[in-house]
Amino acid sequence: MEASLGLLIGEQNAAVEKEYIGDELELGLGLSLGNGGGEKGAYARILTAKDFPNGFACGTKRERAAAHQISAASSSPSHSAAVRQVVGWPPVRSYRMTSLLNQAKASNAVGEDESSKKKMNHGGHLGFVKVNMDGLPIGRKLDLNAHKTYQTLAKALEEMFFNPTRAGKEPSAKLLDGSSDFVLTYEDKEGDWMLVGDVPWGMFLNTVKRLRIMRTSEANGLAPKSHERNEKQKSKLI
Amino acid sequence: MAYSFPEEVLEHVFSFLSSPRDRNAVSLVCKSWYEIERWCRHRIFVGNCYAVSPEIVIRRFPELRAVEMKGKPHFADFNLVPEGWGAYAYPWIAAMAEAYPFLEEIKLKRMVVTDESLELISKSYKNFKSLVLTSCEGFTTDGLASIAANCRHLKELDLRESEVEDLSGHWLSHFPDSCTSLVSLNMSCLGSEVSFSALERLVARSPNLRTLRLNRAVPLEKLANLVRHAPQLVELGTGAYSAEIRSDTFSSLADAFSACKQLKALSGFWDVVPSYLPAVYSACSGITSLNLSYAAIPSSDLVKLISQCQNLQRLWVLDYIEDSGLEALAASCKDLQELRVFPSDPFGAEPNVSLTEQGLVSVSEGCPKLESVLYFCRQMSNAALIAIARSRPNFIRFRLCIIEPQAADYLTLEPLDAGFGAIVENCKELRRLSMSGLLTDRVFKYIGTHAKKLEMLSIAFAGDSDLGLHHVLSGCDSLRKLEIRDCPFGDKALLANAAKLETMRSLWMSSCSVSFGACKLLAQKMPRLNVEVIDERGPPDSRLESCSVERVYVYRTVASRQRLDIPDFVWTLDEDSSMRYS
Repeated sequence: MEASLGLLIGEQNAAVEKEYIGDELELGLGLSLGNGGGEKGAYARILTAKDFPNGFACGTKRERAAAHQISAASSSPSHSAAVRQVVGWPPVRSYRMTSLLNQAKASNAVGEDESSKKKMNHGGHLGFVKVNMDGLPIGRKLDLNAHKTYQTLAKALEEMFFNPTRAGKEPSAKLLDGSSDFVLTYEDKEGDWMLVGDVPWGMFLNTVKRLRIMRTSEANGLAPKSHERNEKQKSKLI
Repeated sequence: MAYSFPEEVLEHVFSFLSSPRDRNAVSLVCKSWYEIERWCRHRIFVGNCYAVSPEIVIRRFPELRAVEMKGKPHFADFNLVPEGWGAYAYPWIAAMAEAYPFLEEIKLKRMVVTDESLELISKSYKNFKSLVLTSCEGFTTDGLASIAANCRHLKELDLRESEVEDLSGHWLSHFPDSCTSLVSLNMSCLGSEVSFSALERLVARSPNLRTLRLNRAVPLEKLANLVRHAPQLVELGTGAYSAEIRSDTFSSLADAFSACKQLKALSGFWDVVPSYLPAVYSACSGITSLNLSYAAIPSSDLVKLISQCQNLQRLWVLDYIEDSGLEALAASCKDLQELRVFPSDPFGAEPNVSLTEQGLVSVSEGCPKLESVLYFCRQMSNAALIAIARSRPNFIRFRLCIIEPQAADYLTLEPLDAGFGAIVENCKELRRLSMSGLLTDRVFKYIGTHAKKLEMLSIAFAGDSDLGLHHVLSGCDSLRKLEIRDCPFGDKALLANAAKLETMRSLWMSSCSVSFGACKLLAQKMPRLNVEVIDERGPPDSRLESCSVERVYVYRTVASRQRLDIPDFVWTLDEDSSMRYS
């Protein structure tokens, strides 16, 4: 289908530009042939309308110009340190993302907040688990989906249970490094109690049923149980 | 006419034409053929639910038995279409309930389906046989319960990748004991556990069951029981593929699989425990389709399974397979036609697996029948793409996603224009292309020049100017669907090629440089196009006309341009050329 303006396709931008401007005077203002020959289409975080709640006239062009300055100054894309998070990129469907979130082998769970907030229907982990601490009759509930690493989980628990303003309580200590009077343990799908922190985060998410902040003195039997079990499994192989 | 055949003869001849395109062509020959054809058309395919209205369809085709329809544009899969945009199935279902009491099949993709619609389906069609909902949303398991309970002759219930609000697993128990007609059941997208005994009884009383895709909640320990009731299965999707390692569980599973002599496709495999994979080995020589895209296991375990499947035609896998695994695949699966490699860690800063362009090169070189590829990776080079294009000129679908936007050729730091250019130049039958990486207007020139059979093109973060878009619109003769995001394409190319848009199903552009003024002009010029401006910042005329719109979706339509279900963030041109607000 040839162009409705009977356009001759010239090699240069300039030739095409002349034709365009000749017939589309009413739209001449504000139009350009994109960013001109040299630019490679600048990329930075793509701002969306939500970034401009009061509206932003001609936002896109200005953003792009600004972004070009930034990306020109920074290192080339192939050496960038992180994948900048953009809506819908990389193009992986959300049900796949949530499935990966629950099964991730890597120690850091991945996935945008959006995908975990979306209602998960792929056998997704519900997120809330009960947490009990030795010596406290009443437990709390914690949303595991709000965390991506053991560190943030431990911090949240420390804040929940070891509030330094409470009288009579020892001031915190890190629950994960063995320096506290308490250790963090969890009950897994098989009903065994394990030390938190042994397995990759994703695997942990997949198998944890509830948490218990146990006194260190009682937790002695727990140590490298995950290794023991792997050994047992290997010996049962057909 | 003295020379024409009697109607019955023509009808009989037409009955051999199954493809909608052939049927459409036949109906254009002359008025009498149009009339005869429309009375005997039983299946239709509507690629865009807004391209036509239920009334028009019903008026033209009074005898439909099967309807297939698509709703939202493809980019809705990646959250680029705001919630509430449209694609509601209900108006169609309601209209068809009146008009087609003998309707048997409904197939919907990317549409919003409510429980009300499902209930209406279940009660309106006495002979309803098949419901396939791909990537749909808006319904709950209550809707499924209506289908199960009321469709007495149901053969197929397939919920591929739909988002279902899972209230409980109880819906499955609504299949009456008298229902023995099931041929295909795909519930893999559901989360809740269904009653296992109800499921087992259902499978046991369905002698024609060919496809059974379970959800993750069905434990591995119970899989053998199910499979034993259905040794005639052709396609099986497991539930969670993990259990404590026990020899009795294993042997029971292995025995059940060895009884399945017809098994061709396997999927599921959530939470895989590799030690259980050998249980399926007996079926592997017959397997042609393997979906391991949820199996987070190392390459060596994947390869052990895949190399058993000498007749494999389709493989979906995670990038855990790595280059080494793909090399092994290339060596053992010479019949491979389709490969999809999904990223296990799409947002990670550094690669977590050793999967590069080399894997794709190996498979392209080693698998002579490979024609369809979807590949996520972190680096690419022009040299690799050129090698791939030369090895595999028979590509029909080539979708490459380099995870970092605008990533250059990692060897030369140049754009990947030459590489993709080689793909379109060599692969003359290419119908679908998705590109990524650093790309200039030059690649679009190649595409416009060579990609004459291209029907669908997806572009992101590419190009320099309107010339890029112009090359595509003016050069790609077969183009039907064009979707573009974050490219510096704007008004001139769009307006210069306005007529082209009427030959296509749709054009999607988001975060580009298309002005509101151009959208209005386009809509004025082309009355049979619906130009939807989708902008969440409020009415477009509260900004300058030269301001870019957030998204524009252009599609041809014979229905009214004012769809009744338009939400408040979408603007279309009214009949009197004024922009309508809802």
